[in-house]
Amino acid sequence: MAKILMKGNEAIGAAAIKAGCKYFFGYPITPQNELPEFMSRELHKVGGCFVQAESEVSAINMVYGAAGAGARVMTSSSSPGIALKQEGISYIAGAELPCVIVNISRGGPGLGGIQPAQSDYFQSTRGGGNGDYRLLVFAPASLQEAVDCTMEAFDLADYYRNPVMVIGDGMIGQMMEPIEFNEPVKRELPEKDWATVGTKGARKPNIINSLALDPAELEKHNIKLQAKYKEMEENEVRYEMYNMEDAEVVMVSYGTTARIVKNAIAALKEEGINVGLIRPITLWPFPHKAFEEIPATTKALLSVEMSMGQMIDDVKIASSGRWPVHFYGRSGGMIPTPDAIANKVKEILGGAR
Amino acid sequence: MAVVFQRTNGLTEKPFHYCPGCTHGVIHRLVGEVLEELGVLGDTIGVAPVGCSVLAYDYFNCDMHEAAHGRAPAVATGIKRVHPDKVVFTYQGDGDLASIGTAEIIHVAHRAEKITTIFVNNAIYGMTGGQMAPTTLIGQKATTSPYGRDAAHSGMPLRVSEMMATITGAVFVERVSVDTPANIRKTKKAIKKAFEIQLEGKGFGIVEILSTCPTNWGLTPTESLTWLQENMIPYYPLGNFRTPEEAK
Ligand SMILES: Cc1ncc(C[n+]2csc(CCOP(=O)(O)OP(=O)(O)O)c2C)c(N)n1
Ligand code: SF4
Ligand SMILES: [Mg+2]
Repeated sequence: MAKILMKGNEAIGAAAIKAGCKYFFGYPITPQNELPEFMSRELHKVGGCFVQAESEVSAINMVYGAAGAGARVMTSSSSPGIALKQEGISYIAGAELPCVIVNISRGGPGLGGIQPAQSDYFQSTRGGGNGDYRLLVFAPASLQEAVDCTMEAFDLADYYRNPVMVIGDGMIGQMMEPIEFNEPVKRELPEKDWATVGTKGARKPNIINSLALDPAELEKHNIKLQAKYKEMEENEVRYEMYNMEDAEVVMVSYGTTARIVKNAIAALKEEGINVGLIRPITLWPFPHKAFEEIPATTKALLSVEMSMGQMIDDVKIASSGRWPVHFYGRSGGMIPTPDAIANKVKEILGGAR
Repeated sequence: MAVVFQRTNGLTEKPFHYCPGCTHGVIHRLVGEVLEELGVLGDTIGVAPVGCSVLAYDYFNCDMHEAAHGRAPAVATGIKRVHPDKVVFTYQGDGDLASIGTAEIIHVAHRAEKITTIFVNNAIYGMTGGQMAPTTLIGQKATTSPYGRDAAHSGMPLRVSEMMATITGAVFVERVSVDTPANIRKTKKAIKKAFEIQLEGKGFGIVEILSTCPTNWGLTPTESLTWLQENMIPYYPLGNFRTPEEAK
């Protein structure tokens, strides 16, 4: 199929529909508005339905209802709106329902700004909602990757009966790139025999629920959830390793920031400095195993983020004290430049020599 | 031998956990009977609230979904949009519906979702131990209005049915009470009408039911019924606030 040029937000919407998403519940917020707007134009054409909710709180709870009713369903928002969705996300994870949540994130805290940022790393990987739950979190670096992740997200959500988040900084939502829609690898997906579709008098009622008043029962449920998360950690970690051979410093960066990091790597190479990149594609599960492949030449790690330093916590955990871990970041919608990143690398190497 | 009373198939065999004299049980039974009589149990999805009736999902003999506190109308919207041909209802208390869930209840009506809401107003937060609700009456003592609700401090009690009747999409709005056998019969009629209107696809319907909480009111079950009659009904007048023209 020939590639087509699309804006990120619309490409994600188109990918969702290609993946069989029929329902979308959302609330306007910049910089993701083109996504719900696209869905409001397109979903009815495939026999689905778009509803603009009265708030992000309601939107995610509509998702909760639709997911429980057995539908392929999605919502999208941006940082402050995702904050409001946390209650619903926790319930959906607790009740083990599939859905896809897109965060085209912007700078914070509070109302913050509307320019690209990666300051929702904690929010998406640590959960803003209550309880021991996890989301599978994809952080694409290009529109093609955003499309691929979105299409696969629906299968993964059904497979694990768990919410899947696709997080793109504002740049992913707003830029245009050529894309194509590729069918994800086929998975054996379980029947949704738990869904609320009416008993037809033919079976016992299905109950969608996250409440367990008996502590032993709730612990059992949590142990079951953990086993599922463990399986995700084993099977769903995605990452890219780039220019790792003889790397003196290994940078860790995700999303569009990783693309800027690659420019810095090219510039440093011209100066004879070899720097590698570990690019997590899944923020959770975090690619711990990538750190086992760091070469003996590496003296330090550098986490580069469009935040004041959030992923660096996971980089430190993954490094297990084997390397000093440095940080470079810009925030509030300010974009790191390749030069500034390269200078930070030189500063680290200067200090280490 | 003629059977004069038996369990409705609209409810499961699970024994209720409600306090003695609590009218949540009566209301459950009425909803169960109506669903059975309309022959829609196999095509109904109910949404349980957070409140004393949180375990309603174990009692109604149909598919059920347990929502977060106040969010039942949003959850019900998601379900109804996926299954427009099914009967969808929410069962909510006054803390759930009139406080934390005001946005959700207003907008489910505003969108004219074809959903039925059973609203149980007992003028208090039952489950959490008797705190003041937006519906708590002036002078009524609650654990967070220990000197009695004071209008200057907490405003006047919220009249939900009157408010809902201002929304075009709320095509059926009625306030009833379960304090006497006659009123229980009227309550059942209102519940039935609300579900029939959903089946006809006319819009959103809500039945506000004045209910007792003997435990947190600190009264016996019979004293509670008297208290409801003497205090709640005068402030929350019973009656129909809205019915579609052709259904009158
Ligand atoms: C987000 C959230 N806030 C608070 C609570 C605690 N809570 C549980 S039930 C309840 C009040 C229920 O009162 P009402 O809706 O009137 O129902 P009743 O018990 O009186 O039938 C509250 C505040 C909660 N579960 N979730
Ligand atoms: S606390 Fe009140 S509302 Fe709750 S079950 Fe007991 S009597 Fe009923
Ligand atoms: Mg109450």
